[in-house]
Parts: sequence; structure tokens; C-alpha cells
Amino acid sequence: MLNLKRTPLFDAHQSLGARCVDFGGWEMPVQYEGIVAEHQAVRNAAGIFDISHMGEIMVGGAHSADFLDSSLTNQASSLTAGGAQYSLMCNAHGGVIDDLYVYRIAKEVFLLIVNASRIEEDLSQLQNLVQEYGKDRTVNVVNESNQLSAVAIQGPNVRLFIDELFSMKGLIRVNKPSDLSKNQIDVFTFEENDVYVANTGYTGESGFEIVGPSKIIAELWHRLMKLGHPHGLKPAGLGARDTLRMEMGYPLYGNELGESVTPLEAGLGYFVDLNKPFRGRDRLSELKANGLNRRNLAFQMSSKSPPPRQGYPVSTDGITIGSVTSGTQSPSLKTGIGMALIREPHDKIGNRIEIEIRGRLFPATIKRKPLYVKS
Amino acid sequence: MSTIPENLKYAKTHEWACMESDCATVGITDHAQFELTDIVYVELPEVGSTLTAGQNCAVVESVKIASDIYSPVTGEVIEINTALEGAPELVNDSAYKEGWFFKVKLTSEPDLSTLIDAPAYAAKIGEG
Repeated sequence: MLNLKRTPLFDAHQSLGARCVDFGGWEMPVQYEGIVAEHQAVRNAAGIFDISHMGEIMVGGAHSADFLDSSLTNQASSLTAGGAQYSLMCNAHGGVIDDLYVYRIAKEVFLLIVNASRIEEDLSQLQNLVQEYGKDRTVNVVNESNQLSAVAIQGPNVRLFIDELFSMKGLIRVNKPSDLSKNQIDVFTFEENDVYVANTGYTGESGFEIVGPSKIIAELWHRLMKLGHPHGLKPAGLGARDTLRMEMGYPLYGNELGESVTPLEAGLGYFVDLNKPFRGRDRLSELKANGLNRRNLAFQMSSKSPPPRQGYPVSTDGITIGSVTSGTQSPSLKTGIGMALIREPHDKIGNRIEIEIRGRLFPATIKRKPLYVKS
Repeated sequence: MSTIPENLKYAKTHEWACMESDCATVGITDHAQFELTDIVYVELPEVGSTLTAGQNCAVVESVKIASDIYSPVTGEVIEINTALEGAPELVNDSAYKEGWFFKVKLTSEPDLSTLIDAPAYAAKIGEG
């Protein structure tokens, strides 16, 4: 594969027999042993993902919190040091430029984790927003994506071994990673380098995302593989990451999200604070007041069918009411599942719909997210 | 990987055909199932339908993608492997036996210029 970027973990993937694919310009492992086996490892034991392709952008300075409030949908200033939140960056029409995670590392320092394919766009947008925000105020936006790498370690068994990775307590608040509550981040020392450990993830399982200097990430990966081995830890690729997030109804940029879809239509209103100004707010307030004419909703196939896929038409009583944005065969539920952008008045939980697959209609039901709930 | 059966003919698109007098049993190779990964759905042609060699006639779906399957022979479909409906993973577990797709009554001699033997197929997939 020509001109694809590789993460510092590429050699590790190769020696594990990974099959790699082009993912947004990165040569990334899609699977090692198999998507279903890796999916089940994350649901029942533990899985480790290379997420080094994702972007890390630092936003610092005396006015950084206020700047992020004015740039993103969620209220970054409400976070205390060590706190984190999901947020979105919108264009003037309320369309989504990117979805991201905002971590408050210190009073005046924020770490943004953004989609790999959107790093350049996010940076240029943030730089424009800094210009608009005012020259007399202090905000620095720095792209750390090349210096930082990351792994996600997810699954119920992760907390049985994660603490053994570090010998000293966190620099912000907690004594050990397993003490982190949901959406909490702290800084730990690994091989004399600071690494961020956050209780966040994209799988629906408990687990952590660890961000550290690219030069130590391979050592960190190997240490975790050793520590996790007795607890059923498996390397997991982007294939399992996709099926895991679909079972939870989590959006993926380029599928559920894009510049012509608003966060409200995507079902992400919880992460949009309309009580403060930010770019796109006026349009979103208007949409909310007038009512949405389409929404992204999860669905489950009612009977045996081919797996639904992105782009398949959705209909009811012979009329087209939307299209599938993501779909797969759910390894946990053993049926086809997916998400679809469906226009009103058909966008109701419990509605029966049909998915058109190669010219044939297969019945499905609109369901509340998440589709998979641990018993 | 498992061995490539000597008694079968192979298409370059990774289907196999087992010729028995005027009938052929068709499936996909072990190499194909390995490349496709976890198979979760197989869509087969209807019994009674006629197929032309090279025709897109079935679909195999893994968790990740849908892949077209091409008939290696020309003829009428006389039987399909209904076991795949409830257990598509048979294709992963037993590509050359229990994971067969369909049987065709040949209406013309197989075009042997498009089908290759086991050593040629092994060479094609880099195992020769």
C-alpha cells in the first residue's frame, strides 16, 4: 500500500499476523484473529486497540476554556482538571466538522482527541476560530498528533491488571487508573515519560484510553499485552471496534456524522449546550424550535437477513424514508443491526421498517440505543 | 493453511467445481473463506435458475463486507446447500465439503481454459 502512514505499533501488528487496510490514509489493522473473536474478547475479557492514528490537539492559555466554549457544542469550561466530555465542532449551518473528546488536563490546558481523517481540517478551523475570537486574548492551538500515540484497552477484565502498568500515583488526583471514574483523566509516569490515562472508550465496555509519547508506545503496548495475557487480553482491530460501537449506537464520522448532518439529527443533543454562543448555534436553535425533519436511529433486523450496510435504502409501506448509515451482523445479538437517517414522521422508536438489500426488502424495527445491553 | 484438493477445478475468482459426469458441485476455496473472514450470510441462486460461467450468482457476506461469487460453470442449478442458511460458518469450517454452495447440471462442456487445476491454483495464491 503506497503512501500510507504507519503508527509506531505497525511492527507489533505485523508480528501478530494482523491484516491491515487503508483507514483514512493510515495502514491500520482491521483484524488479527478475527473480528468476531476480538469483539467477544472485548465484551467478555479484554481487548487492546491501536488508536495512534487519531489526532491530538492541545489547546492552552488563559482563555482556552472560554475559547473552547465558543468553538464547540459542549461546555468545556464546566470541566474541572481531570474531567472530560464528548463534544462536536460545527460549521455555520450546524453541520458537523468533527466529533471529538475534550480532556481538561489542567486549568488552562485541554487535550482534544479528534478523528484521524479530520486533523488538518480541525486545525485549520480552530486557527480561524482563534483569529475570530480575538487577538488580545491568549489561546494556543498546537497539533501534537505526530509526537503522541494512543492505545485503547477495553473490557471487563482491564481493571484487573491496568494498575500494574504504573508504580507512582496520578499527578492530578487519583492513586491508580482503576480509581478513575467515567470521563476522568489523570497523568501517570511510564518509562520516565508522562502518559495520560482516561476512563473513556468507544466500545460500551469499561476501559481506558492511554495517550503517550510515540517513542514509548510500543513498549507500553508490549507491557499491556504481557500483563493482560492471564486475563484473556487480545489485540483487537478496527473491524471489532466498528461492530462494538455499532452495538452501542455510537456515531462514526463519515457514516452518521458529516458536514451536512447536525448533531441534533444525529441524536447527540445531549452534547449540545444551546445556552452559550458557538458557531452553528443559531441554526441548531432554530432546528430545535421548528422540530427535526430527520433523525439518526438504531434498528435491528427482525428475521434472518444479509447484514445491512451503509447506503441501503430504508422504506415503509413502499415509500423510501431514509438510508442506512452503518450496518453489520452483530456478534453479540447474532442479527443484523445498524443505524439509519430516517425522516419524520417515520422516525419513531418501535416503528417497523424495511431495509432494501440487493432489491429485496427485509423487515427491521427501530430500537432505542444502545442495541446491546449487558445482561 | 489446508491443502488444495487435487480432484477439483478452480476459477481465478476463487470458486471450486467438483465435476461428476454431467454435474458440478460448486463452492469457494479455503483461501477465499480465509480472506473473507467470519462468514455470516450466504445468498445462493434459486434451484431451477440457469447460470453461465463467469456469471455473478451468489453473495457471501462477512461481518465487514459483501462479496460476489461467480459461477465457474454453465448449467441449471439443481440443488443448493440449505444448511448454509442456518450455519453460514460451515463455509469457514469446511470450505471444500460441508460448505459447498450449489450443484449444477451442466449444459455445456466446462470451459477448461478458464478453470485451472490444483497446482496452478496453489501457484496463483502463492502457495505453490
